[in-house]
Amino acid sequence: MKAKVHVTLKAGVLDPQGKAVHHALEALGFAGINGVRQGKFIELDLAETDREKARPMVEDACRKLLANTVIENFAIDFEG
Amino acid sequence: MKAAVIVFPGSNCDRDAATALAHVTGRAPVMVWHREADLPEVDLIVVPGGFSYGDYLRSGAMAAHSPIMAAVKARAEKGVRVLGICNGFQVLTEAGMLPGVLMRNRKLKFICRDVLLKVETSNSDFTAGYNAGQVIRIPVAHHDGNYFAEAAVLDRLEDEDRVAFRYCDAEGHATAEANPNGSQRNIAGILSEKRNVLGMMPHPERLADPLLGGTDGVPMFRALLKALG
Repeated sequence: MKAKVHVTLKAGVLDPQGKAVHHALEALGFAGINGVRQGKFIELDLAETDREKARPMVEDACRKLLANTVIENFAIDFEG
Repeated sequence: MKAAVIVFPGSNCDRDAATALAHVTGRAPVMVWHREADLPEVDLIVVPGGFSYGDYLRSGAMAAHSPIMAAVKARAEKGVRVLGICNGFQVLTEAGMLPGVLMRNRKLKFICRDVLLKVETSNSDFTAGYNAGQVIRIPVAHHDGNYFAEAAVLDRLEDEDRVAFRYCDAEGHATAEANPNGSQRNIAGILSEKRNVLGMMPHPERLADPLLGGTDGVPMFRALLKALG
């Protein structure tokens, strides 16, 4: 089973990279994009096949390493 | 004063720190590889600048969980002085030894130049060699030096006199123009609650010899020597 982890900046935390990407998209003529926030996508290949059993471990991994919860949120999806 | 300098794969200011320490204290520090689980008996631990683990995931994130850091944390809790410079500051925040986080510079550029710093407090073994309010010149060299913490954390740091340095202009004013990286409240360095851990983005070890163009970093190492014998 795979755990798909999205790490995103918390609302209110300035994202200069997202802003720069937004400016570049506008410069390329992409209109109607109100904002860009950049994050990370991390895929974990798990031995565990039960989602509810895997969730606490993956959440712990997110809190301890994959995300810095001072500035980042994380969301976990399972696949397979 | 016995000192140790931690060396991670990707550290690149470890030898600068060792040279500055040897120059000022007359005693070469012990270099400790990140895989060690134990530290020799020392009075000061330096977590140096560089790009530990290639800045993978987040600057300092991997180094914060390397074997030696558990020992560094345990010593800090016992009161041993810990100085984190640049990447070392990032490692200390990621390890939870100092509050906040160092984010990508506001203008996204790597900044490598001298900056002016206002010494905010002389009440620490690191800063006792400066006068509070003094303006010193120290180089920065970083991509992720944009200090961020929640307002309540920043208020607490200020209330407890734990802001060690702020980016400032020649008159010592912490203006927006003098802030190279977007750090909250121009913060360049902070102390731990017990004042025995200092994290700072600028590099005092790089201006500790007249040959390098200045000696404004020397009082920090002298003050440590005076405090720790």
